[in-house]
Amino acid sequence: MIAYLALENGQWFRGEAAGAAGETSGEVVFNTSMTGYQEVLTDPSYAGQIVTMTCPEIGNYGVTEDDEESRGPQVAGFIMRESSPVASNWRAEGSLADYLTRHHIVAISDIDTRALTRVLRSAGVMRGVIATGPNEPAGLVEKARAARRMEGSDLVLDVTCPAPFDWKGGTVDEEFQVRPERRSKRRLKIAAYDFGMKWNILRRFDAYGCDVRVFPATAPASELLATNPDGVFLSNGPGDPAALSYAIGNARELVKSDVPVFGICLGHQILALAMGGQTYKLKFGHRGANHPVKELQSGQVEITSQNHGFAVDPDTVPSDVAVTHVNLYDGTIEGLRHATKPVFCVQYHPEASPGPHDADYLFKQFMDEIEKRT
Amino acid sequence: MPKRTDIHRVLVIGSGPIVIGQACEFDYSGTQACKALRAEGLEVVLINSNPATIMTDPEFADRTYVEPLTPETVAAVIEKERPDSLLPTVGGQTALNLAVALAENGTLDKFGVRLIGAQIDAIKVAEDRLKFREAMREIGMEVPRSGYVRTLAEAYQVTEEIGFPVIVRPSFTLGGVGGGIAYNIEEFREVVGRGLDLSPVHEVLLEESVIGWKEFELEVMRDGADNFVVICSIENVDPMGVHTGDSITVAPALTLTDKEYQRMRDAARRIIRRVGVETGGSNIQFAVNPADGRMIVIEMNPRVSRSSALASKATGFPIAKIAAKLALGYRLDEIPNDITKLTPASFEPTIDYVVVKVPRWAFEKFPQADRTLTTQMKSVGEVMAIGRTFKEAFLKAFRSLELGKSGRLFTQEGTRTAAADDDGVRGAEEREPGEATWEADEDRAALQRALSVPTDRRMWAIFRALAQGWTVEELHALTKIDRWFLTQFSQLVGLARSAAVVGLRGMSSDALRALKRAGFGDIELAGILGVSEAAVRESRTSAGLQAVYKRIDTCAAEFESFTPYLYGTYEEECEAAPTSRPKVIILGSGPNRIGQGIEFDYCCVHAAFALREDGYETIMVNCNPETVSTDYDTVDRLYFEPLTFEDVSAIVERERSAGGDVACVVQYGGQTPLKLAIPLQDAGVKILGTSPDSIDLAEDRRRFADLLWGLGIPQAPSGTATSADEAHEVASGIGFPVVVRPSYVLGGRAMAIVYDTAALDRYMATAVTASPDHPVLIDKFLEDAFELDVDAIADATGAVVIGGIMEHIEEAGIHSGDSSCVIPPYMVPERHLHTIREYTRRIAKSLKVVGLMNVQFAIKDDVVYVLEVNPRASRTVPYLSKATGVPLAKVAARVMIGKTLADQGLTDDLDVAGVFVKTPVFPFMRFPGVDTILGPEMKSTGEVMGGALAFGPAFAKAQLAAGHRLPSEGYAFISVNNDDKPNVVPIARDLRQLGFGIVATRGTAAFLRAHGIHADIVFKINEGRPHVADEILNGKIQLVVNTPLGRESFFDDRTVRRTATLHDVACITTLTGAAAAVNAIKALKAEALTVRALQDYHQVARTRS
Ligand SMILES: Nc1ncnc2c1ncn2[C@@H]1O[C@H](COP(=O)(O)OP(=O)(O)O)[C@@H](O)[C@H]1O
Ligand SMILES: Nc1ncnc2c1ncn2[C@@H]1O[C@H](COP(=O)(O)OP(=O)(O)O)[C@@H](O)[C@H]1O
Ligand SMILES: [Mg+2]
Ligand SMILES: [Mg+2]
Repeated sequence: MIAYLALENGQWFRGEAAGAAGETSGEVVFNTSMTGYQEVLTDPSYAGQIVTMTCPEIGNYGVTEDDEESRGPQVAGFIMRESSPVASNWRAEGSLADYLTRHHIVAISDIDTRALTRVLRSAGVMRGVIATGPNEPAGLVEKARAARRMEGSDLVLDVTCPAPFDWKGGTVDEEFQVRPERRSKRRLKIAAYDFGMKWNILRRFDAYGCDVRVFPATAPASELLATNPDGVFLSNGPGDPAALSYAIGNARELVKSDVPVFGICLGHQILALAMGGQTYKLKFGHRGANHPVKELQSGQVEITSQNHGFAVDPDTVPSDVAVTHVNLYDGTIEGLRHATKPVFCVQYHPEASPGPHDADYLFKQFMDEIEKRT
Repeated sequence: MPKRTDIHRVLVIGSGPIVIGQACEFDYSGTQACKALRAEGLEVVLINSNPATIMTDPEFADRTYVEPLTPETVAAVIEKERPDSLLPTVGGQTALNLAVALAENGTLDKFGVRLIGAQIDAIKVAEDRLKFREAMREIGMEVPRSGYVRTLAEAYQVTEEIGFPVIVRPSFTLGGVGGGIAYNIEEFREVVGRGLDLSPVHEVLLEESVIGWKEFELEVMRDGADNFVVICSIENVDPMGVHTGDSITVAPALTLTDKEYQRMRDAARRIIRRVGVETGGSNIQFAVNPADGRMIVIEMNPRVSRSSALASKATGFPIAKIAAKLALGYRLDEIPNDITKLTPASFEPTIDYVVVKVPRWAFEKFPQADRTLTTQMKSVGEVMAIGRTFKEAFLKAFRSLELGKSGRLFTQEGTRTAAADDDGVRGAEEREPGEATWEADEDRAALQRALSVPTDRRMWAIFRALAQGWTVEELHALTKIDRWFLTQFSQLVGLARSAAVVGLRGMSSDALRALKRAGFGDIELAGILGVSEAAVRESRTSAGLQAVYKRIDTCAAEFESFTPYLYGTYEEECEAAPTSRPKVIILGSGPNRIGQGIEFDYCCVHAAFALREDGYETIMVNCNPETVSTDYDTVDRLYFEPLTFEDVSAIVERERSAGGDVACVVQYGGQTPLKLAIPLQDAGVKILGTSPDSIDLAEDRRRFADLLWGLGIPQAPSGTATSADEAHEVASGIGFPVVVRPSYVLGGRAMAIVYDTAALDRYMATAVTASPDHPVLIDKFLEDAFELDVDAIADATGAVVIGGIMEHIEEAGIHSGDSSCVIPPYMVPERHLHTIREYTRRIAKSLKVVGLMNVQFAIKDDVVYVLEVNPRASRTVPYLSKATGVPLAKVAARVMIGKTLADQGLTDDLDVAGVFVKTPVFPFMRFPGVDTILGPEMKSTGEVMGGALAFGPAFAKAQLAAGHRLPSEGYAFISVNNDDKPNVVPIARDLRQLGFGIVATRGTAAFLRAHGIHADIVFKINEGRPHVADEILNGKIQLVVNTPLGRESFFDDRTVRRTATLHDVACITTLTGAAAAVNAIKALKAEALTVRALQDYHQVARTRS
């Protein structure tokens, strides 16, 4: 079946329907990772976004429950150059095409994804619409222009958990996880804000010997602290951090408290805002598994997994907060640490999945932080 | 960590001659390294015995030694040049082994030379399979179970636990020669026996087989600060059991989940750390069990490799260049990414296209060779193709192979015949009985065999099977090729089938678009649809379908690319952005093959350098990932595309679209671009230099004979035949023996010397398919004639400068590419040299040659004959350029754009200061059962050069460089045919004087004794034991002189030659060669060999003129 992708800048592409039939809109972004399409699809940080994979052959190894980063796909839509007719891998439980259809994800394939990527790179990410079946492109362009904007919109409420729950191991296939350098001396208690948390973060905590209680994004900080956790964690998530006044407020309290705090991605941005910094929208964001990040103290370069459209403005970082990591592509801030408080956070994804495991040490760092004081 | 300050003068070791398993990828990496080091202001001292390399051009190093790659010579260079550092990681296995040898014999310490890039311990852990296995166990990596054995008995024990099949690897044989797979006890006895026998230390490693597992490679880099990146992942389409060099491979890996891939990445990082490669690139090979994902490590190469060259071309990340900088102490994040400029090299390239590499074999040259693909590499070259999808890249790769009809995947010719050129030369298989036709469903058993036993032709069998309705499951069961790839193939076959059903007429433009997007070439479609290529192009263009070009940018378009490194595809947006500058498009030579190798790439690169210097925009088109020509640094714009009419004319059109004059160089890439000359010209493309008509005149034996006749230049009587009967007439007309061959071939393809009618019939019946458009050429064979090669340059004013006259050591009848040759000539009287120069000028003028021209002469009974003329770059141009110090290919390129020779200060014929001998190297070692005897069909894969101030030492060096250590004492075995007996006497006498004992077969011995030369008698193979071969094995014989008994050459002396070659006992098969060898042995005994830099030779030459 034929399908169209229309962009708010008036451009449109004609291709093949590659998932559920229907129509969808969202912010069109691109991801340059060559593996891990299922992890990408199920990463809640992609809520409200239509993701283009720049790697042309997608779906080759199918899908498997083990690779879910949340309950099913979270993207608003999916774009591929070539969608695999078969799933060929011993881990596969089904084909990508069926998976997308089953989960009502509208997708398009067989379009010039490189041309699309170049548009997004030079004009910046923009809203778009995918529609399957015969259609009037001009009309779809109008729909794209009418779609919801990322700036100022709170998408966290759509993806956070309804009520607190304790993470029970979940599916961890030991052989595919980095073996932790050491586990915590005793089981540690972590209270985590779920802004759209990737499950691999929880799996990593578990691997390091931490029990995690997950709280809804809107839970007051006091509720988390009441469980007197060894540490508090702020997860990744979708959308504009500046729109999350409640989360920022809670973060402020956490920073005041002397509990060790660790944040990833959106969690990092929220902490930055809480500590007095500001965030801004990147032209086309960082989405992929090959971004070099330098840890400033050691000078070591980590190849990192990234997925964010906003970043912390270096000029607004308060004097009592130090920049610990920078992105070697564009010099943007990738990590912060409070000078006096046990608070640190990174913009990228140490839990990987998909992507390299270079930054896994950050979980250990958090554990050290905690054990230093208990 | 900024650049180290303690490095000033670096010795770089090249990889020597082109051999199977070590080809021009090391010229690419070595050249990059030299450039990078000098850009850092360091002095570079280079040693490499291969004159056909760019890296040995005097301007790429401060001191350039074209000398044998032996510990002794390298030590001599070190003593003379006193480098403070040695970079051993860009010259393949050869350079690593030399580095180890020099470290162990104390040379490095003695002269205070430090290794950079890789340390001895690291090299040893990686190269010594036992050490490596232990190291892997330490870090918890799985490796195949294995054990070393020194006897069959021990071997049996080990297999008890390992079981069959078992992988056999002889220790310390070059490129794992003699290794293999044993599936049963018989094969086991044979393979292990051979292995123990061939291993200098009589030891083999037996290894648990994981045949059928998926094979992957990671190209990784590490810097001095332990930063680590994966440059490229490569997946082998052919599973474990077929050497990666013989496998069709694809980048990126396509069938691994992120979890599996990251596990492999983590493993690679642990491995490179444990092995201890401090800085640089490494290649790590893994096997993955498709059933449960179990992953084991196969090996690691702590250096740049064939795969890293492929990875560099596939991603745009120049591994060798970066490795060189890392060796100097830089960190990855201190080095900018060439292509994006703004981002650093400390990242992992991500690609938004698919790359497919396909090997090219040369079995048609070795009919007796076993075509089965195993753990030992057999291919001589490869092509790489880039497409937006696997299907597109795959089909582009197959059309890049230039296999003509036999390359077609969807039509009968292709899937039925064996690999062969498109010159009416027949492939071996084609003659095999019992093969049914395409329609009548081929004998299932035969097809099953073709599928389950991997050979160079398996992919065609797969497509044949799919066309006959075999299922992916059936094919997977037999080939173990991943279902994903097989599914892609079946989709292609499906597309072809439905296309055939609709036909070109009824085809919608959408359908045609789908086919072009899937990678189908116009010719391929023409074959499928039963129409002409023109017709397909016609409907394609009228449907507005035309290739666009995308950039290779290392980052999947995340950042802007400043480097026009392009590939063609059928998409919407074109990024070619051509300029309006005057442009020259240089057509490369495609995959390396015997007869068309690195020499032609060398010439193309020189054309690019010269024209770039002269302000032209240079554009390269080529599809060989090993080469310097496909380094985006070499030209202004690089199109990594197949060299077919369709692909090339599309590029020309695209480049024209921006205005600006576009011209083409077709004379530098060997036959590949020559075949396109006339079609391109007809399509209105401007061809630089000698006109395609003149080229055709020289290639067309009939027209050419008339020309020579008109010029009054003698040529061996000749004629052409388009049928067996005609052949009879011609042959009897000129009289036997005759040389027969198809027209338009390079490297003497399918060429033979025929002594009688019966042999002629056999040839006509089996070797060629004669037809009006593929006539068979028949020449009188000039027996015992001297042969000479001449390269000359002529300009538009008719001026001609002769680059050099090269005298062949072996007589005419042995292909020019296979015979050693020497400049200046040392046995030809001046009056003949004069005639040769005179003829050369006459021919150049009458052919209106503008650029390079190569002429081959034969001298018999004081008459100078012309054998052939090639108005184009030849195999000897690089060798001659190194000898004379004049870059002939550059000079000729400038001539082609209108400069005169005088403008370039060239008025007199060139001169050399010294004696330079070129000697070929052969792949016989790799092909058990193949005769090592030489003939008019070229068999060598590469060449070396030896230089000195006299012939003896120069020849000795060349021999040494080619791997033959001439003995200085011991016993010489002499066995020659009757014609040669008189002339062998002086040689035998000299050998005696040099203190050699002589053993000979009865006949020869009697003859020698009759001439007062003492000779012991030894049994022929069939006369009893111990016979010659036994004596060779027992080390009783150090030199073999054996001229075959021509036509009825007995199997007997063939065994002798093989035994000698395999146990590298110098084996000489011609009297002239023997005379030269004696000469060289004299020299060796007289004084030790000394080394001399090209720059010094050239200095002298310059001051002289
Ligand atoms: N244990 C094994 N079982 C099956 N095939 C193997 C095994 N080890 C190696 N091979 C095959 O042999 C090829 C060459 O082996 P490798 O160790 O890479 O030697 P080389 O140094 O010649 O590359 C590999 O590419 C692989 O296909
Ligand atoms: N008439 C001949 N007499 C003797 N040897 C010949 C004759 N013709 C060709 N040869 C031998 O065959 C070799 C290959 O022939 P050539 O015409 O050079 O083919 P190619 O185009 O492959 O180089 C020559 O190098 C020469 O040694
Ligand atoms: Mg290997
Ligand atoms: Mg020739």
